[in-house]
Amino acid sequence: MNALALPAPLPAALAAWARGGPGQPYVLLADRPDGTVVRCGDAVAKAHAPGSDPEALAARIRVAGSGALAGVLLPPLRTGAVHGRPVSLWPYGTPVDPARPEDAPWEEAARLLAALHRTGPRDLPGPVPPMRGPAKVARALRRLARAPQPDPDGVRAVRAAAATLPDWARGEGVPPAGGAVLCHGDLHLGQLVRHPAPDGPWRLIDVDDLGLGAPAWDLARPAAWYAAGILAPEAWLRFLDAYRAAGGPAAGPPGSDPWPELDLAARALTVQTAALALAKAAPARRPLDEGERLMLDSCVRMATFRAELEP
Amino acid sequence: MQCPKCHAMMHTYNRNGVQIEQCSGCRGIFLDYGELEALTRLESQYTAQQYGQVPPPAAPPAPYPAHAAPAPAWGAPQHGGHGHGHGHHHGHHKGGFGRMLFSS
Repeated sequence: MNALALPAPLPAALAAWARGGPGQPYVLLADRPDGTVVRCGDAVAKAHAPGSDPEALAARIRVAGSGALAGVLLPPLRTGAVHGRPVSLWPYGTPVDPARPEDAPWEEAARLLAALHRTGPRDLPGPVPPMRGPAKVARALRRLARAPQPDPDGVRAVRAAAATLPDWARGEGVPPAGGAVLCHGDLHLGQLVRHPAPDGPWRLIDVDDLGLGAPAWDLARPAAWYAAGILAPEAWLRFLDAYRAAGGPAAGPPGSDPWPELDLAARALTVQTAALALAKAAPARRPLDEGERLMLDSCVRMATFRAELEP
Repeated sequence: MQCPKCHAMMHTYNRNGVQIEQCSGCRGIFLDYGELEALTRLESQYTAQQYGQVPPPAAPPAPYPAHAAPAPAWGAPQHGGHGHGHGHHHGHHKGGFGRMLFSS
């Protein structure tokens, strides 16, 4: 028996690529269809989704490494390919402790987003692809459509809530022209790290969905959590006020009602979250957890108000 | 009912027992006869509870105190104004929501 040794599993192969040799110790941080992430000491290697557009991904990683985003996005160390997948290497940063979401750096997250959104298009290193937020809504709805026997009442509510959105917000068709700025595209508390670890300044990570688009998308997850009753008003206002104070363009001037600006994107993220929750709960034959149930409740209320919500 | 200003639909909310109509379009608020007085009465009761009958001297204006943070029409009912910022659901301290705050 020679030559035909089985290839190393992806996490081990990633670690070998990160460390420049096989048999390296690593910690598996994530292993999902859309990305596998391992930590090797002071670096983190990611294998991006198999279907990633390689040019768009390269452009996104270039943005993360550009001087214009220094202090906002964690810059990459290098890129490559492992098992035919595009891979990238990043410095390790300390994340928000998932057991202590109350420690979330809402003000810092808001200031980083405002800086991202205020980046001038001419400061970007070449053409930047669209932000993938709407594409992710579409993907969540497709995943729900394929899920085995999801809760039929839940599916009805999610579909009715999705019908309140314009086509472009569901990834069909082109967003309205104008107002597109550099956006993260997938903000949540797992997208913030302190670098250098453990107590350096906060940075945004994970540029797979980054691109030009509607900046309200980056505020929409916290907005949707707040609207559903998941995020306390105090935390929401810390985030919103810090974003406005930092000159962020997505939520109207300080003191004004932000919802005319945020409503559509917050509905889109609510639909996305509820669709994914139902799609994940169905094969596991489990009920929704409390947070998932509250997001679905928001969809039910959107369906009730659908005649009045701006399509 | 329709908003007299922009003609979008108006939704009825109950704030501390006072019915108000808010426009889903321009967010304007319509008060029926006597409702403004009812709100003023509630406000002075609240102030009295907070400050032991003495009106606060020049309270600093907050753009919106936590209990009055705007929320969308489809938001959870606790945004209707009963909880004074301590809605029973709000719980990023509870275990149930943690996973959601950290996932795509």
